[in-house]
Amino acid sequence: MKTALSTLEMRRATSVAEALEILRDEPRMPIAGATDVYVGLNFGTLPELRYLDIWALDELRTITVNEDVLVLGALATYTMMVASALVQERLPMMIEAARQVGGPQIQNRGTIGGNIANGSPAGDSLPVLAACDAVVVLQSAGAERRVKFTEFYTGYRKTVMRRDELVVAVEVPRVSGRQWFRKVGTRAAQAISKVVVAGVRGEGARIAVGSIAPTVIRLTATERALATGSLDEAMVALRGEVNPIDDIRSTADYRKRVTENLVRRFWTETA
Amino acid sequence: MTTAVGQSVSRKDGIGKATGATKYADDLHFPGMLFGRTIRSTIPCGRVKSIRMDFDTSGFTIVDYRDIPHRNVVALIDEDQPYLVETEVRHMAEAIVLLAHEDREKLLGANVVIEYEEAEPVFDPERSPHSFKDITIEKGDVEDALASAEIVVEGTYRTGHQEHVYIETNGVIAVPEHGGIALYGSLQCPFYAYKALRSVLGNDHPLRVIQTETGGGFGGKEEYPSMIAGHAALLAVKSGRPVKIIYDRVEDMVATTKRHPSIVRHRTGLTREGRLVAMDVDVILDGGAYSTLSAVVLSRGCIHAAGPYRCDNVKIFGRAMFTNTPPNGAFRGFGAPQTEFAMEVHMERIAEQLGMDSLTLREMNALRPGDMTATSQVLKQDASALECLQEAVRRTDYRRKREELKGTNRGIGLALFYHGAGFTGAGEQRLASKARLDLTATGARIMVASTEIGQGTRTMHAQIVSDALGVPYETIEVAQPDTSVVADSGPTVASRTCMVVGKILERCALEMKERLEGMTPAQYHAKHGAFSIVKEHIQPEWMRWDDDNYQGDAYATYAWGCDVAEVEIDRDTYEVRPVKVTAVQEFGRPIHPALAMGQIEGGTVQGLGYALLEHVVMKNGAMANPTLTNYTIPTTLDTPELDIVMLENHYDGGPFGAKGLGELPMDGPAPAVVNAIRHLGLDLRDIPAIPETLIACASL
Ligand SMILES: Cc1cc2nc3c(=O)[nH]c(=O)nc-3n(C[C@H](O)[C@H](O)[C@H](O)COP(=O)(O)OP(=O)(O)OC[C@H]3O[C@@H](n4cnc5c(N)ncnc54)[C@H](O)[C@@H]3O)c2cc1C
Repeated sequence: MKTALSTLEMRRATSVAEALEILRDEPRMPIAGATDVYVGLNFGTLPELRYLDIWALDELRTITVNEDVLVLGALATYTMMVASALVQERLPMMIEAARQVGGPQIQNRGTIGGNIANGSPAGDSLPVLAACDAVVVLQSAGAERRVKFTEFYTGYRKTVMRRDELVVAVEVPRVSGRQWFRKVGTRAAQAISKVVVAGVRGEGARIAVGSIAPTVIRLTATERALATGSLDEAMVALRGEVNPIDDIRSTADYRKRVTENLVRRFWTETA
Repeated sequence: MTTAVGQSVSRKDGIGKATGATKYADDLHFPGMLFGRTIRSTIPCGRVKSIRMDFDTSGFTIVDYRDIPHRNVVALIDEDQPYLVETEVRHMAEAIVLLAHEDREKLLGANVVIEYEEAEPVFDPERSPHSFKDITIEKGDVEDALASAEIVVEGTYRTGHQEHVYIETNGVIAVPEHGGIALYGSLQCPFYAYKALRSVLGNDHPLRVIQTETGGGFGGKEEYPSMIAGHAALLAVKSGRPVKIIYDRVEDMVATTKRHPSIVRHRTGLTREGRLVAMDVDVILDGGAYSTLSAVVLSRGCIHAAGPYRCDNVKIFGRAMFTNTPPNGAFRGFGAPQTEFAMEVHMERIAEQLGMDSLTLREMNALRPGDMTATSQVLKQDASALECLQEAVRRTDYRRKREELKGTNRGIGLALFYHGAGFTGAGEQRLASKARLDLTATGARIMVASTEIGQGTRTMHAQIVSDALGVPYETIEVAQPDTSVVADSGPTVASRTCMVVGKILERCALEMKERLEGMTPAQYHAKHGAFSIVKEHIQPEWMRWDDDNYQGDAYATYAWGCDVAEVEIDRDTYEVRPVKVTAVQEFGRPIHPALAMGQIEGGTVQGLGYALLEHVVMKNGAMANPTLTNYTIPTTLDTPELDIVMLENHYDGGPFGAKGLGELPMDGPAPAVVNAIRHLGLDLRDIPAIPETLIACASL
């Protein structure tokens, strides 16, 4: 049942500092592009009554390189990333992911910070960030901390982020090796991923997969097997670490077999 | 000479829709209006033990079955479905209590607690103890012919639910008026809603039903609006105020009708060269919890079950089974897409088993003029199966491609199909539709109950009248259907609005022209004032139909089609992408080429969705994925290149030679796609062919 809008209250922040002060004083749910928040309100699944609109914080709407680290501001939209020469040069798999998010309208509004904070295991940018060992930058009033992306999620839609914190950026160190991305959605556009794989093939392999577990996961055993053994051995390792479930969008069996096929394809295509 | 017919004139409703000026049901507001909400069952089978209003009821209007002034039954065919549950619950989301309030948020916040005594539900139509309707079509001696056939091929084919996904969800407003009710609604059949309201309210109240501008129907607004109209009317009668009920997408998907799932079994006897000598077809439809239109959906499904093929010995046995799921109902194609799917995939399998090419098999057996259908109807010159097949094969270079693509990740497949236009058998005669044409000061006004639901009814009717009357298209007006003023031209269903109603209008216009004696409408009107012409449908005198034995002329004419689908598979993910679809269709002639093309394109894409994407996930008797996120219809990017060809073969009984077109395009895409997937080497017999199904398919 739709959330009763008259019960909701929203504030707008005009600077990051102001936003963090507001969050220090009272818990509020941040709203960036609102593409996830609106869906939640429409289905009445958000318990939150108080919101903080951070869309106006242009400080967070940046894409820069700082000491060889690509810094994606939390309000960077998919459209911005697709248009960015820096992202194109350093993280082309993010561009592939961004191009396949929803449709143009969603790409114009949806932000990387929102995708990260929302924490859906099907978030399409998440495997990219997990595979390239990104770091999430969190700020609260007067404090900042950095959390490895692979340690950011603690369970289904659960993160280490506190209620007084904002994601302000995500940092991506230089990625050496070939990047590879494949989304398997329910249709060609406006689709939620059933399996989404990002891979980097450098010295060894870094492989992250979304939609097959409560959070995005790195296939660490598979990565190890690929570094030392054959592709077939890696597949044995993969079968041991991938345990998806059935839901209304797909089946465990499909997800498992397709993950296997795609990791194989990744390895063959990046050879 | 025609100046409007055959031209893509501007739509009567074009400007309003393109500029956003057009008002739909949810845009309308009436003074003092309340909003209505339906409290629904949360179990699939059982009894209501108690109902408690767990909220402050002040300002609320509350209705249950005891408030019904007349009969608690949705008047349709079998009259088994109540407006509101008394005690027995037969499916999930069945209406039990109605609430109305002027504040939408208060309304949504109201909590009604219902206790049930649950019973064991039936979900599998094959295990159901109850059939709503059995139909047998029999010609020749099937068992004999099967016994002596050189080859017998068997197979079972399944299709799933399909949701209509009209852009505008179901919605109505009931407005108290002169001691009765005026019902405004998004609907296809104003007089169905009228009849249903009579049944629930009785005969003491004046009643009228006005169709509001309607954002799509596809059959989903044929019978269902009778339910929601009754609910709004009950709330309006009790409160004495206008009541608006608009479903949101989830409610619309969970509670309203869908296409009947089917299981079709074929046993077919052939000669070694591939001539059909016996066809034994068993059709099971999942009807859901009430009969609604299942009997007639089954009827059309069975009549089309032997496909566009000739065979002397045919037996078709069909049943529409009860299950504890929301009733399935009318949906573009009305049973034919299910049975023609089975037939066309079966033809492919027959060819595989005979080791012959399926094109030759179809060519050899396709119905030609003079041949007899399964109901022993002798086809006239307007039968075009072979022409469609040959044109589709030629355009797509089918034989060469079929060879060339073998062993690649591309496949090509084909389906041949047909669709009877208008009501079945004596249906049109019984319906006896009427149309009226009024002379106005500037031209003429069409007064029919046929609804514009996006498909172009107004435009097409105005074109026909314009040319028959010999006046400019712009001078023809079309009245918004209001049962108190328009003629009952019957429901807007069954591909009948152009062929049947258009023909009556043509006759009205011709008679009006005679009365004008060479004057223009303006001249005549200035001199003598207005007049009206009313005409009734005339059944072609050659038509014979035996409803007890299902033999005879099932339809006055048929439209024909052949679709070729080319698909590409990703062998790692089992995603199948349609690359190109060629649709060759013969439906008499297009009155409005652009609109006709739109019907074929839209129907073809709806058929592709049915084939590849649209998966209604049922859990405990209810749709578990009732959102546009999780029930995936095709987007533009899922839509392949379409090559549409409109062949002409005029039908004398239709206006300017036109037949029916609305449903035909829905019949072909699913079997064409599945046959293309078979060409890729996968033994697929069911739809939707989602990747999860394909990954489990055996290789051929
Ligand atoms: C039609 C449609 C299609 C979609 N398709 C896709 C798709 O293909 N792939 C995909 O991955 N997603 C998809 N989404 C989901 C959504 O668009 C993305 O997750 C998007 O990145 C969310 O960003 P946002 O700025 O809109 O987040 P919002 O909706 O504003 O916020 C989402 C959540 O993140 C929190 N949040 C946002 N920003 C911050 C911040 N800086 N710090 C802390 N918390 C924050 C909010 O409080 C909220 O909990 C789709 C959504 C829709 C409606």
